[in-house]
Amino acid sequence: MRHLIDILDFSPAELTALMDTAEDILAAPGKYAETCRGKKLATLFFEPSTRTRLSFEAAMYELGGHVIGFSEAQSSSASKGESVADTAKVISCYADIIAMRHPKEGAPLVAAMNASIPVINAGDGGHNHPTQTLADLFTIRREKGRLDHLTVGLCGDLKFGRTVHSLITALSRYEGLKFVLISPEELKLPSYVKKEVLRAQGIPYVQTTDLEGSLPELDILYMTRVQRERFFNEEDYLRLKDSYILTPEKLRGAKSDLAILHPLPRVNEISVAIDDDPRACYFKQVLYGKYMRMALILMLLKEAGRL
Amino acid sequence: MNIDSIQNGIVIDHITAGRGMRLYELLELDRLDCSVAIIKNVNSEKLGKKDIIKIDADIPVNLDVIGYVDPGVTVNTIREGVLVEKRRIEMPETLTNVIFCKNPRCICSTEQELKHVFKLTDRKNKVYRCLYCETKAN
Repeated sequence: MRHLIDILDFSPAELTALMDTAEDILAAPGKYAETCRGKKLATLFFEPSTRTRLSFEAAMYELGGHVIGFSEAQSSSASKGESVADTAKVISCYADIIAMRHPKEGAPLVAAMNASIPVINAGDGGHNHPTQTLADLFTIRREKGRLDHLTVGLCGDLKFGRTVHSLITALSRYEGLKFVLISPEELKLPSYVKKEVLRAQGIPYVQTTDLEGSLPELDILYMTRVQRERFFNEEDYLRLKDSYILTPEKLRGAKSDLAILHPLPRVNEISVAIDDDPRACYFKQVLYGKYMRMALILMLLKEAGRL
Repeated sequence: MNIDSIQNGIVIDHITAGRGMRLYELLELDRLDCSVAIIKNVNSEKLGKKDIIKIDADIPVNLDVIGYVDPGVTVNTIREGVLVEKRRIEMPETLTNVIFCKNPRCICSTEQELKHVFKLTDRKNKVYRCLYCETKAN
């Protein structure tokens, strides 16, 4: 049974195939409108996440399927003490595919080990969020026409930002990448990612605290929010939350074909004055995320013999 | 110092000097009621000094524990005074309930029935990571 728990569960060739399917759906959505007729997606969200949940639900509805599930742990049997393993076994009797978000790292893997239907990790704490990475990759490919030979700047919370770790890991499999890691000292990329992903594969990177000075060389700028929920200490959060704010003035030195991405939600790290700039891609990224989730649901259901 | 040779049992040899007690504890040899000898700082041509554990019973030992604590150790099985098997133990690919994940954000911190599984992710640097949250073992 195939699942998507970590972005590395899929080979670059499989990712290309998924993006090709997403591209096809985008071009002719009507062709796919009944593909999942009679199929059910279970959205098991043990932690609130309106954006990701709605993206999955919209994806399944646009494929002609149905959605069941819950949007917080309090309304699930977890509040009665049911284990993730048992929940996965029970839901396997009701649905054809699961999208799970859970505050604990590794919970979707436990679900996948116990479910008899495909499981998609829709975010597990600060660990993985592979469908966000699918949206990121598809956005980069649509905007730049390629995933190789790019200088990618990642800015903000690189320590706790799971989307950053997943994106670096996913892009590290393409040739000619260079990373510019822009963050305050306290939120630098964890050393294990640098050592086991970047240095292990000889991928060049620079670490800096200077956003404005880094902008001119970037093809992609991936902005992130400093996430309150990842801090144990409120004082640390308040001190670091406004470290980087992208404004039209700072963008003056950037390339004219720079693509600005953000996993959203945005707080204040990208000025709304940039939203109309053609380089702002973060709302398109949301749309592309939905198409990638559609492609993913199709692929996993087909591989499970349910389509 | 004389330690009687064993007729039926296990000899764990070529233990890096100083690691014998840790192995004794992790293998839970204190629970056995047979004779167990830990010989420390034995002169060794290959290692300079080494520890040896002799167990006077042919019991199954957890080779994963041995491979994790001290890869390169030799486990000899002796039956009726004859060496019948000699195995050099390497680092195992997976450890189950040998070490435990301490990450409070990991699913295994709240689901008590879950086995604590660690995977070998970097053999050269002996790095094991939790299967669920990928936290590095200390």
